Amino acid sequence: MSQYIVKRLLLTIPTLLGAAILVFFLMRLIPGDICELRLAGTGGYFDEAALKICRSEIGIDQPTIVQLGGYLWGLATFNFGNSMWTGRPIVEEIGLRFELSLMIAILATVTATIIAIPLGTISAIKQDTWIDYVVRSFSIAGIAIPSFWFGILIIFGILFTTQWWTGIPWMPPIQYKSDWTSWANISNNFGLLIWPALATGYRYSAVATRMTRSAMLEVLREDYIRTARAKGLVERLIIQRHSLKNAMLPVVTVIGLEFAFLMGGLVVTEQVFNLNGLGKLFVESVTNYDYTMTQALVMVVVAVFVFTNFLVDVFYAWLDPRIRYK
Amino acid sequence: MVVTSEVVVESEFETLTEKKSVGRTIVQLMRRKPLGAAGAMIVIVMILMAMFADFLTPYDPVANSFASMTEAPGWTHWLGTDQFGRDLLSRIIYGARTALLVGFTSSVIGATAGLVLGVGSAYFGGRIDLIFQRVMDIFMAFPLIIMALAVVSIFGTGAQNVIIAITIPFIPRCARVVRSSALAIREVPYIDAARANGFSHARIILRHMVPNVMAPYLIMITAFVGQAILLEASLSYLGLGVQEPTPAWGLMLQGGAEEYALSAPWMAIFPGVAISLAVFGFNLFGDAVRDVLDPRLRSR
Repeated sequence: MSQYIVKRLLLTIPTLLGAAILVFFLMRLIPGDICELRLAGTGGYFDEAALKICRSEIGIDQPTIVQLGGYLWGLATFNFGNSMWTGRPIVEEIGLRFELSLMIAILATVTATIIAIPLGTISAIKQDTWIDYVVRSFSIAGIAIPSFWFGILIIFGILFTTQWWTGIPWMPPIQYKSDWTSWANISNNFGLLIWPALATGYRYSAVATRMTRSAMLEVLREDYIRTARAKGLVERLIIQRHSLKNAMLPVVTVIGLEFAFLMGGLVVTEQVFNLNGLGKLFVESVTNYDYTMTQALVMVVVAVFVFTNFLVDVFYAWLDPRIRYK
Repeated sequence: MVVTSEVVVESEFETLTEKKSVGRTIVQLMRRKPLGAAGAMIVIVMILMAMFADFLTPYDPVANSFASMTEAPGWTHWLGTDQFGRDLLSRIIYGARTALLVGFTSSVIGATAGLVLGVGSAYFGGRIDLIFQRVMDIFMAFPLIIMALAVVSIFGTGAQNVIIAITIPFIPRCARVVRSSALAIREVPYIDAARANGFSHARIILRHMVPNVMAPYLIMITAFVGQAILLEASLSYLGLGVQEPTPAWGLMLQGGAEEYALSAPWMAIFPGVAISLAVFGFNLFGDAVRDVLDPRLRSR
C-alpha cells in the first residue's frame, strides 16, 4: 500500500510542473506585457518610468528562461511574489482567505454526501416508483440549475421568510471568525457558511445521487445479493453490508472529483453571498488586472485538484485491493 | 443541425428493415425517448426564439424607460421590467440569442479541434500520442471555470473572448473521448488497406477515420452546449463575460438583481428560470442523442 502511495504521489509532480509551465506561458500571451496592460487597463496616465519600475519589480525585464526558473523556484518554496494590486505578499492574501473557502467546500461536501447517499439508495431500491421519479427529478434539476442562481433564491428565501416572520428582512452576518473554540463563533460560522454550502452542494449532491442510484442498481442485480436474499438475510443488512459497501467505489470517485470542481464553483457562490474567500479574490484579481495574483490562484486551484485526485486514488486502492496489487 | 443528423442515422437504420416515412420515425423516436423529445422541444423553442427575436419581442431589449422602472409583471410587461425600465421578456428572448451563439460556437469549435487532435494522436500513436496524452492531462487539471477565467484575464471580456475562454477548456475533454474511439478504428483492416494504397496521412485521417468517430463527436457537441450556456451565464454574472447592454441571462442576474430582492424579485427569478430550462433541455436532448448514437457510452 505504501509503495502504491509513493508511486502515485510521484505521478503528481509532472502534472503540477506542466500546469505551472502552461500558466507561465499563458500569462505571456498577453499582448504587450502584464505591466503595460495593467497600467493601461486601469485607464490612468502612465509614463515609461512607472513601466520600468513595474517590470523590474516582477522581474519580466529578464530573459524568459531566468524568469521561468525563478517562478518555478518560487512555487516550490511557496513564494508567489507580491500582488500587483495591493502590493502585499500573495501568500499572505491567500492565507487570509483559504480557510473560509475550504470550510465552505467541506461543509458542502458533507451536506451533499448526507443528501446523496440515502436518496440514491432509496431511489435504487424503489426503482420506477414515484419515489424514484421524485429523486430523479431532484437530481436532473440540480444539474441544470446554476449554483449562483440557486444562491440568489436562497437569499430571497431568507429575506422573505424573515420579513414575514418579524417584519424586518434579515440576512446572516458575513463576518467569518477563524477561531473555532467558542460556541458563539461556531454558531456564527455555521449560520454564515451553511447557505453557500447548500447553494454549491445542491449540484454536487445531484451528481452524487445519480451515481449512487446507478451503482446501487448494478450491485443489486449481482448474484451474491440473490444468495444473501436466498439465505434469508434481513433486507437492512443486505442493503447496508452487501450492497452499499460495494456500490461506494464509483460514488467515492465522483465525490472526490466534484470536490475539486467545488473549488471552482466557489468563484461564483462567494460572489453571491459576498464572502471574502479565494473565489472572490480570484474574480477581483481578474477584474483588477492583478496578474501575479491570478497566476498564483490558478496554481493553488490546480494543486488542490491534483491533490484531491491523489487522495481519491489512494482511497480507492484502500477500498479495492485489486487496484493496489496490479 | 444536430436534430436532423440524429433522425438521419435512425432512418438509415430503419430503411434496412422496413421502409418508413421520416414523420413516422420521429414519432417513434419520441415514443421511445419521451424525455429526449421534451428536451428537443425546449431546444427548438429556444432556437426559434433566438432566430425570430426581432419579431417576437414586444419592446426594444436595450431601450431604457424611466417611466416604467421595476414594474411588476402584468399586461403591459408580461415578466416585468428591470431597474432601467427595460422589458424583461424582450431581454430574455434576445438573451437566448447570446446564449445559443456562445453555446453552439464554442462547443462546435472546441469539439472539432478536439476531433482533429484526438484522431491525429490516435493515428500517429507512439511517442506523439504519449506526449499528447500528457499535455491533455495537464489541461484537464484545470477546472472548466478556472481555465475560462484565466483566459478571460488574458484576452479580456466581451462575447468573442467568452467564446474563446469556453472553447479552450473543451478541446482536451473532447480530444480524449475521440481518441479512445479512434484507437479502436486504427486497428481495423480498411485503415491498413488505405495505408497499403499509399494514401497520405491527411487523407486517411480525414476520409477514413474522422467519419467513423462522428458518433462521439456529435455526442460531445450536444453535451457541451448546455455546459457552455451555464459557463457563459456564470462568467457574465461575475461581470467577466458578455458586457452591458447586450442582453444575456447571466448579466441580467448581476445588474442589481439582488439589491431589488424584496421590491422586484422577478428581476432575478425569470432569467434564472431561462438558464435552468435551457441547460435542462440541452442535457435531456444530449442524453437522448447519446443513447441513440452510441448506447455503450451511456453513463451509469
